[in-house]
Amino acid sequence: MFDPAVIREDFPILKRIVNDHPLIYFDNAATSQKPKQVIKAITDYYEKHNANVHRAVHTLSQEASELYENAHEEVAKFVNAKSMEEIVFVRGTTEALNLVAYAWGLRNLKRGDEVLVTLMEHHSNIVPWESLSRINGFNVKYAELNKDGTLNYEAFEKMISKKTKIVCFSHVSNVTGVVNDVKRLVKVAHEHGALTLVDGAQSVPHLPVDVKELGVDFLAFSGHKMLAPMGIGVLYGKKELLEGMEPFHGGGEMIRNVSFDPVAKRCSITWNVLPWKFEAGTPNVSGGIGLAEAVRYLNGIGMENVEKHEQMLTEYAMRCMQECQDVSVYGPKDASLKCGIIPFDVRGLSSHDVALTLDNFGIMVRSGFHCAQPLHQMLNLKSSARVSFYIYNTKEEIDRLIDVLKEIEQF
Amino acid sequence: MANVEDYVARIEETCGEEKNLIVTFKYDKKDEAIRRILKKAKTENAISNIIFELTFGNASFRLYASGKAIFRNLKDKNELNIVLSGLLQ
Repeated sequence: MFDPAVIREDFPILKRIVNDHPLIYFDNAATSQKPKQVIKAITDYYEKHNANVHRAVHTLSQEASELYENAHEEVAKFVNAKSMEEIVFVRGTTEALNLVAYAWGLRNLKRGDEVLVTLMEHHSNIVPWESLSRINGFNVKYAELNKDGTLNYEAFEKMISKKTKIVCFSHVSNVTGVVNDVKRLVKVAHEHGALTLVDGAQSVPHLPVDVKELGVDFLAFSGHKMLAPMGIGVLYGKKELLEGMEPFHGGGEMIRNVSFDPVAKRCSITWNVLPWKFEAGTPNVSGGIGLAEAVRYLNGIGMENVEKHEQMLTEYAMRCMQECQDVSVYGPKDASLKCGIIPFDVRGLSSHDVALTLDNFGIMVRSGFHCAQPLHQMLNLKSSARVSFYIYNTKEEIDRLIDVLKEIEQF
Repeated sequence: MANVEDYVARIEETCGEEKNLIVTFKYDKKDEAIRRILKKAKTENAISNIIFELTFGNASFRLYASGKAIFRNLKDKNELNIVLSGLLQ
């Protein structure tokens, strides 16, 4: 039985008083809070097992290696990857997207090719492609959205052609919370011979995601948005694709052999096996262990329950916010098209005024462009305030938000 | 002239089309900073003594009891520093 009151007991930070009010944390799309189980897993690692992983023969290193490898296994099962070889640990979604752009795109995209992205993307799924296009000379094309911020599928599908080599899109928009039909987009992309790169930063923490069922080629997501610490994230990639790619970073851990040829006076290098080939240098072991514990925590709740709870909160909050006279909610009005994120504004106030006022009442929301300036341009917004929910949020917290919004309206 | 650094923990430019500046006062100095500012600035509006809409010269800004303020339409941080210096004197 899903009970947020029980879940809240696992999150020490939620007991805080902020600005003389009980903390209400509605900035989960930026980062989630951490349960004590995750905090303990990280502390345990440092107190009992800390050592650098792989290639050392001593006991601590063996233990750390096992924990770190098990973390990959745990994440692989969570998204239903074939094996942990398809799970590369990175710093976060941004690094995962850059990894694909540079380790795959740098060698596979050329003048005349096209990369198709959508106008709802986070900057991290736009900037790497725009930057790389300045080196390789390919075109970046932008699929347009409907007026409510949902993807215009027909327009999107018309933009895919034989020139399209990769299609990059969010599973869930970090601004509007719109959930895209990944299966449909993947199907069309594959029909045209294009690969798919899905930004799962706002979906993997909030709803069941099965890479086999969706058919995606690459999926990027962050640990810190799903109860794990900052600085750990994941790139899922189909094994055959990852095997065919050159490494992103070079250094220790990602090589099997570096041998100096005294005649050629050069080093010949062979890469390590997957996933280590893409994890150069000392990895974030404690982060990986924290992520595995976060996955176990979410599995304990059940991702279907997580999704259902957030859907209920989204519907409730949208209904209540629409009753506020001066509050405008952006994006689709149908909560079933969304996942736990509501952008809004209060008439006469900038989004930052709204966020600062709510902060004064202990309510944490985000304001600004949310790293998605093109989407704001498209929606004709100078910026927006955003509430975003997670497993520990409650209807009572939404009631408090509405009370404060009604007070703000009088300003 | 007041030393702005004695009171201010951080200044950030807002993200968005409106380029406002947000000032966070040092936690242990925020009450004193708020007192000084309210003495110097003209109060245009206030909610329950926790949010104040204020003007000072050409500057308009909103001050929060939480120890933060948002300044609008200032050219840059240098101009903000001059305003803060006058307010915190």
